[in-house]
Amino acid sequence: MASHPRPTSPHLQIYRPQLTSILSILHRIAGIFLSLGILALIYWLVAAASSAEAFDQAQSLAASIVGRSLLFLWTGAFFYHLLNGLRHLAWDAGWGFELTAVYRSGWAVLIGSVVLSLAAWALGYWARGGL
Amino acid sequence: MASAKGSLRSELGRVRGLGSAKEGVHHWWAQRVSAIALIPLSLWFVACIVFLIDVDRATAVQWLGSPVTLGLMSLFLIALIYHAVLGLQVVVEDYIHGKAAKLILLLIIQFAGFGLAATGIIAMLLITLYGG
Repeated sequence: MASHPRPTSPHLQIYRPQLTSILSILHRIAGIFLSLGILALIYWLVAAASSAEAFDQAQSLAASIVGRSLLFLWTGAFFYHLLNGLRHLAWDAGWGFELTAVYRSGWAVLIGSVVLSLAAWALGYWARGGL
Repeated sequence: MASAKGSLRSELGRVRGLGSAKEGVHHWWAQRVSAIALIPLSLWFVACIVFLIDVDRATAVQWLGSPVTLGLMSLFLIALIYHAVLGLQVVVEDYIHGKAAKLILLLIIQFAGFGLAATGIIAMLLITLYGG
């Protein structure tokens, strides 16, 4: 055994939450939440392959308040995970590591995901002529 | 301190012989390859699904049943589920510390991934071949 105690990092709750750390954990949370969406997508495809009744039931579940809320949250999680994923790919390529760039891209990802989510839903409602 | 000077490896790690299994890069790379594949595929999926959110079955089947949709949806499902399995695996490895719980969760994620991908692609094939 080591004769000296190995150095330990302070626990997470010691640190002040910052944009960088919040966005980092949000990427994981969005990813986990989107993974649950796979279950809904497969259910929807199976319903479409099964029968008109099964598909109608899937569509009315999606149109319910809970369904719409989940779909809206999945939309937000998707655009956030997509844009922040692009941010990660840029970092992997060695771009955007300066502190100012990290904060600028972080805010761009947040604002971009809100704008794209609202745009997707506006497009959806516009396509079927209103609420 | 018997460890070699400058080595960051713990005594326990040295005794157990647990070092790099040379698989970390593969996981890291696969996560990014699937991510890049998902950029166009997921945008295609969302762009289409926006118009299918409350259509009847005939309309949905008409779109789902085209060969182009079958191809793109199959690629999307494979890339999506592969990416999700890789991501969830890291989350479990990072936060679940019990050996049994970790193993069981990793198995569930792997099996669910294969099962869901197969189910989705079979559903797509049925729709394409028989019109649902």
